[in-house]
Amino acid sequence: MGSEYAIEMKHITIKFGNLVANDDVTLQLKKGEIHALLGENGAGKSTLMSILFGLYHADKGEIYVNGVKENITDPLVANKLGIGMVHQHFKLVENFTVLENIILGCEDEKMGLLRMDKARKKITEISSKYNFDIDLDAKIENITVGMQQRTEILKMLYRDNNILIFDEPTAVLTPNEIDEFMEILKNLKAEGKSILFISHKLDEIKKVADKCTILRLGKVVNTVNCEDCTKEQLSEMMVGRKVSLKVDKKPATPGDVVLKVRNLTIAGEKGHKDKVENVSLDVRSGEIVCIAGIDGNGQSEFVKGLTGLMKVKSGKVYLCDEDITYATVRHRNMGLMSHIPEDRHRDGLVLDYSVAKNVVLQQYFDKEFSKSGFLDKNEILKYTHQIMKEYDIRSSNGEYTICRAMSGGNQQKIITGREMTKPHKLMIAVQPTRGLDVGAIEYIHKKIVELRDRGIAVLLVSFELEEVMNLADKILVMYEGQIVGKFDPKTVDLNELGLYMAGSKRMNLEVA
Amino acid sequence: MKKINFTPLISSLLAILAGLVIGFLILLICNTKEAVPGFLTIIMGPFTHGLEGIGDVLYYATPLILCGTSVGFAFRTGLFNIGGSGQYLMGAFGAVYVGLMCEFLGPVQWVVALIVACILGGICGGITGALKAYFNVNEVITSIMLNYISLYFVNMTIRGNAMLFNPARNESRNIKEVAEVPQLGLDKIFSGSAVNIGIIIAIVVAIIIYIILEKTVFGYELKACGFNKNASRYAGINENKSIIYSMIIAGAICGLAGGIAYLSGTGKHIEIKDVIPAEGFNGISVALLGVSNPIAIIFSGLFIAYLTAGGFYLQLFHFSKEIIDIIIAIIIYFSAFSLLVTNIISRKSKKGKE
Ligand SMILES: Nc1ncnc2c1ncn2[C@@H]1O[C@H](COP(=O)(O)OP(=O)(O)OP(=O)(O)O)[C@@H](O)[C@H]1O
Ligand SMILES: [Mg+2]
Repeated sequence: MGSEYAIEMKHITIKFGNLVANDDVTLQLKKGEIHALLGENGAGKSTLMSILFGLYHADKGEIYVNGVKENITDPLVANKLGIGMVHQHFKLVENFTVLENIILGCEDEKMGLLRMDKARKKITEISSKYNFDIDLDAKIENITVGMQQRTEILKMLYRDNNILIFDEPTAVLTPNEIDEFMEILKNLKAEGKSILFISHKLDEIKKVADKCTILRLGKVVNTVNCEDCTKEQLSEMMVGRKVSLKVDKKPATPGDVVLKVRNLTIAGEKGHKDKVENVSLDVRSGEIVCIAGIDGNGQSEFVKGLTGLMKVKSGKVYLCDEDITYATVRHRNMGLMSHIPEDRHRDGLVLDYSVAKNVVLQQYFDKEFSKSGFLDKNEILKYTHQIMKEYDIRSSNGEYTICRAMSGGNQQKIITGREMTKPHKLMIAVQPTRGLDVGAIEYIHKKIVELRDRGIAVLLVSFELEEVMNLADKILVMYEGQIVGKFDPKTVDLNELGLYMAGSKRMNLEVA
Repeated sequence: MKKINFTPLISSLLAILAGLVIGFLILLICNTKEAVPGFLTIIMGPFTHGLEGIGDVLYYATPLILCGTSVGFAFRTGLFNIGGSGQYLMGAFGAVYVGLMCEFLGPVQWVVALIVACILGGICGGITGALKAYFNVNEVITSIMLNYISLYFVNMTIRGNAMLFNPARNESRNIKEVAEVPQLGLDKIFSGSAVNIGIIIAIVVAIIIYIILEKTVFGYELKACGFNKNASRYAGINENKSIIYSMIIAGAICGLAGGIAYLSGTGKHIEIKDVIPAEGFNGISVALLGVSNPIAIIFSGLFIAYLTAGGFYLQLFHFSKEIIDIIIAIIIYFSAFSLLVTNIISRKSKKGKE
């Protein structure tokens, strides 16, 4: 009780094979403080938090909770000590309701029967205290990621946890949701909770965190007071060099139309209105067209329609003058279209495959990578090696690493690297830098501009205005499944853009 | 650079150890005096009967390896083939049919019979696959129902055909020796046992399946579908096709097992009764113990066969031979927990991410 620290992790070291993921890391979290953890992809942030939560065991080092040395052997122990964690990738049961997910693992039962009413009352109290607007009876598979995250937070609060760990909570949220989340964090702090918070977004860290510990290659670089540091200093400490988030690019020189979409409509669920309504747009070679908008306005469905993952109700899609409205996914993949999907775990990777196998996910059968029905291991490894080097993908076992055992940012880099390297004329990228550190974002942005300058047509969907403003040659705003605005990023006013995104203004566009 | 993961091997070995220990306790309880010699018989079992014993092990192992490979293969592609018994029975029927009706085929009769066995088993599996692919019906349900459909279909067809049916014994007729799977000298080496080239076929099939899964483009697709359907759709893989192919292959392997078993000249006949053959279910056990790896399944199949053979000799010590079934069941039970065990082990060596 006497200690001023809620958590002290001292001299933590952990190895995965030859890779030292945490190297003599010391971290102190004061009671009632928000402490941020910053570091490149693969720096060891998630690993350190997993140790604290009892998922991994450190080879060396000690953990003190409220001044008492503890041996946290598994998450149950962590829970008893009041430690809760929201993971980088949520751990919810898809076909359970919010309520069921929250009480999972500490159900209240009487004679073997579940009793929900008491739990429901407690949860309703908590959620009204923090202004969580959430439907307890909705199924997880039907709610947005933002809501899923609230479910995770409620799960911790329901267990009366006082020490809260958030692993990249904002990577999946929209700017609006992020603002709300920041408020939640502040409220939690005001309640006296101690919080550990991982993020790649320096703004957020500056906004809410008191202290920030910076990790690089598993080692602590520094622990600083957030007030005393500028964003630039933070990112320099993290990457070890100066990072510029402003992209230099020449004016675009658009060529022929590569992607032509006419009157595309995609049906919603039965009984709901169409998800995408009558969208027409052109993307030319050598230009970057960004679709801005708030998540959930039909962007995902639109992309799925273009990439063949969702059925089109009406309208046409042409790629290089070929009608591909009903073409197979494979046909689109072959030399025409690259696609960085929104959900890396769901669509982008076979997590149980190695990096090498994932890198050839759309090309494994190609002459280049197979011979008479057999995979050509050497070629695949060579190709993988090249991509891993180029995109600085870090893992414990090189090309053979199973993707599941990699850091979130490095998983994202596999997809981005794969899609950028495979032959294509059109790049459709949805949130390509989600979960990447600033250094990696800088690199990917440079690459996207490079693609453009090589004459590739780029369609970018991003919820981050900064990314949109940085990259776009043309901005389209999507609202409720329709394109409601078209802007030139050089002249657009951000407030104006916001009004279109919120649906309070609209243009009448024949073809965007 | 590449490391082999030994954890599954360790967990299977632990399961076996636990099964043997508990088995020994059961022997102790049943008959304290003869527990030790009884236990030694299980362990030494077949070896006490020299080459004949080993030959018997190989004979018992044949259907176990094949059915195990079938279940393991399906499992690796994300499907649970619980219909192995029906496929096995259909295979047996196909082989017996050709064995009895197609004498004109001469020396290739047994080859044709086994091919027909594969085809019938494959059709049986394929139906399950197609229902899953096109109508999204769970393969567990359809394959269990197909077990019964196959059973009654086979009973009905055999009974209705005088060329096939032996009314005196209410079972299929004897198959002539020319139609049997050849022993190719194996009977000389392991004299006295019923072993035939079926065991070689089984091992070759397991190896081929291993190669398909690990080395080929086809296997890459099948496994990708098993691991992550969405990602394979994203990759342009035809998921429906994969499911169907996968079930056809799994079914064909079980069918082959049935064909070999009933063309072995050991007096095995298709009896007209309302009981589903156990082989398909045994395949599940073997696959579990072999963690769905076809090469490991060869060994787990041999191992279970070894225990089964040992069980027969156990009767010499006034134990009932069902005790060996209990021991096998315990081993399987523990290896069903192998996932759990694997997790515990890897947690101890702190590699159990998510
Ligand atoms: N279970 C594991 N087995 C082997 N290596 C692992 C395992 N988990 C993590 N690693 C490796 O340890 C390093 C640190 O991973 P960690 O997930 O902690 O990174 P991170 O800082 O959270 O990165 P990101 O920002 O990308 O999420 C990475 O190089 C990763 O490949
Ligand atoms: Mg991480």
